[in-house]
Amino acid sequence: MTASLTLVVLMAVLFGAGITIMLERSLTRVLIGFLLVGNAVNILIFLMSGAPGLAPLLSDDVTADDISDPVPQAFVLTAIVINLGITAFMLALIYRSWWLARLGEKGDLVDDEDDLEEEVEEAEGLIRSSAADDLAIQELIDASDEEFEQSPERPDEEVRP
Amino acid sequence: MNPAILVPLVVLLPLLGAAVTLVLGRHRRAQMAVSASVLAAVAVISAVLLATVDASGAGVVVQVGGWEPPFGISLVVDRLAAIMLLISAIVLLGVLVYAVSQGVADRHRETPVSIFHPAYLILSAGVFNAFIAGDLFNLYVGFEILLSASYVLLTLGGTGERIRAGVTYILVSLVSSLFFLSAIALIYGATGTANIAQLSVRIAELPDSVQLILHLLLLLAFGIKAAVFPLSFWLPDSYPTAPAPVTAVFAGLLTKVGVYAIIRTETVIFQESDVSTLLLVIGGLTMLVGILGALTQADIKRLLSFTLVSHIGYMIFGIGLATELGLAATIYYVVHHITVQTALFLTTGLIERFGGSTSINRLAGLLKASPLLAILFFIPALNLGGIPPFSGFLGKLGLFIAGAEGAPESVGGPAWLTWTVIAAGAATSLITLYALTRFWNMAFWRDRDEVEGYDSPLLNSVLEWEGSGDTAVATRTIPVPMVVVTTALVAITVLLTVFAGPLFDLAGRTAADLVDPSVYIGLVFPGGVR
Repeated sequence: MTASLTLVVLMAVLFGAGITIMLERSLTRVLIGFLLVGNAVNILIFLMSGAPGLAPLLSDDVTADDISDPVPQAFVLTAIVINLGITAFMLALIYRSWWLARLGEKGDLVDDEDDLEEEVEEAEGLIRSSAADDLAIQELIDASDEEFEQSPERPDEEVRP
Repeated sequence: MNPAILVPLVVLLPLLGAAVTLVLGRHRRAQMAVSASVLAAVAVISAVLLATVDASGAGVVVQVGGWEPPFGISLVVDRLAAIMLLISAIVLLGVLVYAVSQGVADRHRETPVSIFHPAYLILSAGVFNAFIAGDLFNLYVGFEILLSASYVLLTLGGTGERIRAGVTYILVSLVSSLFFLSAIALIYGATGTANIAQLSVRIAELPDSVQLILHLLLLLAFGIKAAVFPLSFWLPDSYPTAPAPVTAVFAGLLTKVGVYAIIRTETVIFQESDVSTLLLVIGGLTMLVGILGALTQADIKRLLSFTLVSHIGYMIFGIGLATELGLAATIYYVVHHITVQTALFLTTGLIERFGGSTSINRLAGLLKASPLLAILFFIPALNLGGIPPFSGFLGKLGLFIAGAEGAPESVGGPAWLTWTVIAAGAATSLITLYALTRFWNMAFWRDRDEVEGYDSPLLNSVLEWEGSGDTAVATRTIPVPMVVVTTALVAITVLLTVFAGPLFDLAGRTAADLVDPSVYIGLVFPGGVR
């Protein structure tokens, strides 16, 4: 069986980077790590189809030896779809756990179907403040970029506004 | 009628049912009717399949879309698959009725969302698909279907506690899936096929070292799913936080899907490569470490989760023996364990409703308050602990006899090892009995007014779990269907004893099919493997 060295190196890098990131505490990073490792496995499956060849369509002037093995490609497609679904679920989970971390115990009480106006208003307030969070984080990043160019020290400021 | 028509239905019906119940999201009654009838239909189909397969002695094989193996996807129902289908369909149906009546009584406090029914049916479809997969990749798809649905069910309602528990469970499952997929890739690279029957022939032709690597990689993936020591750490942390019926079905079924996959790996796929010694050691350690964990738990849900891990060890022990009798006892034990563990978790759900807590320190006086509940807990507890004449005793006895018979010829590893594991198994069974009767003594026998400042050597060693904190609430009424379902499951565990003779014969015939891989290969490739 022949294999492309580029793909082998790419797979190794994805595996290494992905596993490293998966060991972090932050859930978002774990998700990114999972995506990298998932793609590394997909490339591993793809590598197993051997030397590249023609599209797997048999006709009079094409023999079975000339075409690529289509089965690993089918595997990879299935695995990609499964990874997509899992990623969507993980994103929802991460959002929910962020939401709970911000609200604490109260987070359990606020949900989409809540009809208590005060809580809904409170929740809206939080959404607004989360938009403000994004702005503040962006400012911090910009500021740290500038600082980084001047000195390698990091700012100790809190992220929250 | 050709029984082959029925095989795809066991996966198709729950999937279609899931779609219908999703559309019917706002009509709870219609949802309940659809999911209950779908699971009942699958139970009937499985019973028919089991009867056909057992009577004819051959399995039922469907080549999906008419594509010949190894190019197409094969669905294989042999005796083992049919047994697993039937018992899981019965358990899934029972737990569904339990969950629905609990939801109706509580106005859907535990399962407040309309996605419970679709997720539950997709979980069922994944479990059934894993059992009939004749293809390693299809097995992976089955696992992913059931895992994705289980992520949703475990984090149902999205409370902080469940999200925390869910994250552990989901990450561990993801890692095991990545192992499984890598194993499939490497196996495909080595053999050029993912068809289980063809793999059985082609893997035997590989060098021993390559076989061993592929074998261990696959076992690693399945070991995490089956919660085998030392890959079992995630289970007691994640299962107890889910709603009671969800925990019951996870505990009963999901780990057994992993055990089923290990049985297939050991008997069909890797018939030459022998890791019996490893399996015996791991089986013994799983039993002991699991049950020692159970001893220190004050919360009954956590205690049961640890006994669940511990008793997986018996099945691994039976698989490790790799004899016909060992496998027969394992199959009987799997069936026994699915029903008894589900029954115990369902009873725990009833105790939680009735006593307002699941902690050994807070429950008391339940025997006077509800004698029925006391019986419903006591019978499966004795059963799990292996008291004669219950099925737990028969299963363990079968395993020990198989071990003792195999030991002199050192069938599965050195003789002293087999005897050590048998001793560990006997000790585990006694400690299980101790842990469960201690709970029974405290929760049922102790007087209500003894709870405050109660000091007993029985309780000195137990740990309070933060999750079980101040959950004590006012006693709620128990809806009749919940009691009926639990009673029915307890009755099934007793029936496993009453019909132990025929059942053990069936398990014996199943094991005879398994020890000879050519039976399975002949099913999928009637004309021989090319």
